[in-house]
Amino acid sequence: MSSVTTTPPAEARALPPLGPTRKLKLPKQAERRLANGLTVIAVRRPAVPLVELRLWMPFGRTHLARGAMLSQTVLSGTRTHTATRIAAELQKVGGGLSAGIDPDRLMLSGAGLVTGLDRMLEILADVLIGATYPAEWVDTERDRLVDRIQVAQSQPAHLARTALLKRIYGRHPYAVQTPEPDQVRAVRPAALRKLHADQVHPAEAVLVLVGDVQPERALDAAEKALAGWNGDRRGAELPPAPPLEPGPLLLVDRPGSVQSSLRVALPAVPRTHPDHAPLQLANLLFGGYFSSRWTENIREDKGYTYGPHSTVEHSVAGSVLVAAAEVATEVTGPALLETMYELGRLATVAPKPDELEQARQYALGTLQLGMSTQAGLASLTSAYAGNGLRLEFLAEHAARLAKATVDDVAEVAARYLAPANAVTLVLGDADRIEGQLAVLTPVRRESA
Amino acid sequence: MPTRRAKIPTTKYPVERFRLDNGLRVVLTPDRSAPVIGVAVVYDVGIRSEPEGRTGFAHLFEHLMFQGSENLEKLAHFRHVQGAGGTFNGSTHLDYTDYFETLPSNALERALFLEADRMRGPRLTEENLRNQVDVVKEEIRVNVLNRPYGGFPWLTLPPVMFDTFPNAHDGYGSFTDLESATVADAADFFRRYYASGNAVLAVSGDIDVVEATALIERHFGDVPARPAPERPDFTEPDLTVERRHAYTDQLAPLPAVAGAWRVPDPIDDFAGYLPYVVLAEVLTDGDASRLVERLVQRDRTVTGIGGYLGFMGDPFDVRDPTALLLQAHLPPGGDVDKVLRTFDEELDRLATDGLTEGELARTQARMATHLLRDTDAVLGRALRMAVLEQQRGEPGLLNELPRLVGEVTEDQVRAAAATLRPERRAAVEVIPGGAR
Repeated sequence: MSSVTTTPPAEARALPPLGPTRKLKLPKQAERRLANGLTVIAVRRPAVPLVELRLWMPFGRTHLARGAMLSQTVLSGTRTHTATRIAAELQKVGGGLSAGIDPDRLMLSGAGLVTGLDRMLEILADVLIGATYPAEWVDTERDRLVDRIQVAQSQPAHLARTALLKRIYGRHPYAVQTPEPDQVRAVRPAALRKLHADQVHPAEAVLVLVGDVQPERALDAAEKALAGWNGDRRGAELPPAPPLEPGPLLLVDRPGSVQSSLRVALPAVPRTHPDHAPLQLANLLFGGYFSSRWTENIREDKGYTYGPHSTVEHSVAGSVLVAAAEVATEVTGPALLETMYELGRLATVAPKPDELEQARQYALGTLQLGMSTQAGLASLTSAYAGNGLRLEFLAEHAARLAKATVDDVAEVAARYLAPANAVTLVLGDADRIEGQLAVLTPVRRESA
Repeated sequence: MPTRRAKIPTTKYPVERFRLDNGLRVVLTPDRSAPVIGVAVVYDVGIRSEPEGRTGFAHLFEHLMFQGSENLEKLAHFRHVQGAGGTFNGSTHLDYTDYFETLPSNALERALFLEADRMRGPRLTEENLRNQVDVVKEEIRVNVLNRPYGGFPWLTLPPVMFDTFPNAHDGYGSFTDLESATVADAADFFRRYYASGNAVLAVSGDIDVVEATALIERHFGDVPARPAPERPDFTEPDLTVERRHAYTDQLAPLPAVAGAWRVPDPIDDFAGYLPYVVLAEVLTDGDASRLVERLVQRDRTVTGIGGYLGFMGDPFDVRDPTALLLQAHLPPGGDVDKVLRTFDEELDRLATDGLTEGELARTQARMATHLLRDTDAVLGRALRMAVLEQQRGEPGLLNELPRLVGEVTEDQVRAAAATLRPERRAAVEVIPGGAR
């Protein structure tokens, strides 16, 4: 102890109690399904004079490289505007749009000054109806995407993710989410125009607008701007994700790696499943927040890692719990041992009420925090809507979190967090870590 | 086409400032639009103040501030914040170190208690120190050593641009220095820099000013008074001859380059500094910006480009000396010299020919959106206002920034561009050694 703290305080100070809990209050909102099938949800949060925009379009089962290229180039020009002009027109109203894609959806998102909402929607409509995929621009973006994939492939987190998806999803469309450079090089503008014509349609899509707006007025604006966007998507449903198949630890070699990327996948359930709330709590206890057993053990006690974290990931075709930690190469075996210990302990011994209460307060409090910004509200509303839910679900979910008992949590922990259910993968310097891992569990080695 | 100029809106977050008898400065900014609060404590010490032979110490010490304090065991801080439904963190910057929480507003008093307790003194033990040295080493491995472009350019460009230890050294620290750190070093660092007179507390969000003031006096009032240490002079002369450095990154598959130029003092010459903040956006914000149009779309000599103020991307929370940075990632076999030459050409063109119709106004409108969006988060307001109070005594500047950015003129942007000459530039190049 240093001289700074050797003198104990005359009298220990007590931690102040919390004030009364504020009830979850949903913001004012409105929803309309337009004649073209587009659902529009507008939510009022007037805090700053901005509006957030999220357009969620179902995009499952599409060609991987073409989908990736479409999201790179959808904003690259229309019949009336070049890409530069689109960007400049958006900037004028303080706006911007960007596109992103995953195996479930294509998403256009942005934010701008609320005075520019009409203009942003106009430009959005222009892009949705009339994106032209100019050849020169597609060429440029193709090279950029190839470079970006190459950089991603030099990052351990990306490599671990890629290997894990392949391992858990097998032949399901979720198994491969990043195209190979050669597949990207083969994408031509005509294929993008066709993909757009087949897939980018309002039926089943959801537009979310959040900000300093009157919800009905925002719906009117969206209806006016987007009425000319039409058609049905030619798409197939995603098959349900396959169940996890536990097996030997998959060791992916990354020679020279100074850390090992440890990933553990466990079964999970969708947000609407009765086990979801207790599973969220069990996940918090294990590794879902800083005060979790896993973090307190392998970081704060052992110093094996910086930021271990586990999270329940929800996709349209299924949910999965993924625990991830980057650990020092020399302690890879010990880190796996502690990980399996903490999972096993939670799956076999009921948690203490205090520990559950702490996790519950965290889950409830962070719901409030997540709703406290325009951007947070927009992303939450959009993620819910993409999975067929509305903001009202927040209140239902909060009620379920509030009433989950120790027994409920112990039961779901035994069902979902048991190490026997786990699919485990480690990416690292195989020659240095295989021996450490093999004493704990059977290992199957693969090159990256 | 005539330019319709978007009217730049502002925020009107109220600001209350006061100082406790022990010298602690306090900023309150109430906003009852959501039942959440942000609490930030900012100490006026950062990477530039760490002693020679102790690189990375300011950051290591930040970790130690979470390891228990007068009335709190190890792990208690985390549990009390999260058990109240909140989130927390801390971060170490060049000129300051911050500690912060976002919480439901019923946890205000608890958050004040937790911050006051560690302001009185953290529990500095050998065991906690060794543990956190290990954790910090893993943090450095994740963020620097085990990934491509680790530390580029925020750790690799300062030693090219600067000559003195405070400005040039690696703020994450060498493993040797981290391992050499002692409990006595930590106690000394705390005593010198973590003084009540060297700190600012800011609370934002769903608070009542009278009630919050009383709680702050109750919890922080008896933190022992210690004065702020004298801030050393970190000034360095500007460059007169270009400096270049290249290094091989074994994990990087593609080349990259960053260039930096010194800019006016952000505190003493804010009016002179602001045009550079706008200039960085004119050059690189979005597909309609100059360097993206030229380098990405027309020449295809880079695949991505960014421009910003401050090595940590912190235009409004850094002191002199600081810089405007342009950083670019290149395609395979890309020519770094050509990219730097094109920077020069485009800066020349901007300085000589000026901006196009509407170019400045649209950039300023977009900047306003970014600034407003940051302040929508309750914690964003507390953190920003705490630092503005600490470095400028002017937390209310947060409300003014969109307007001030909007008042920068074309002539000022042109004049700023004219100063970014090759002979004043420091540049660092990443040679790809990877491509596995």
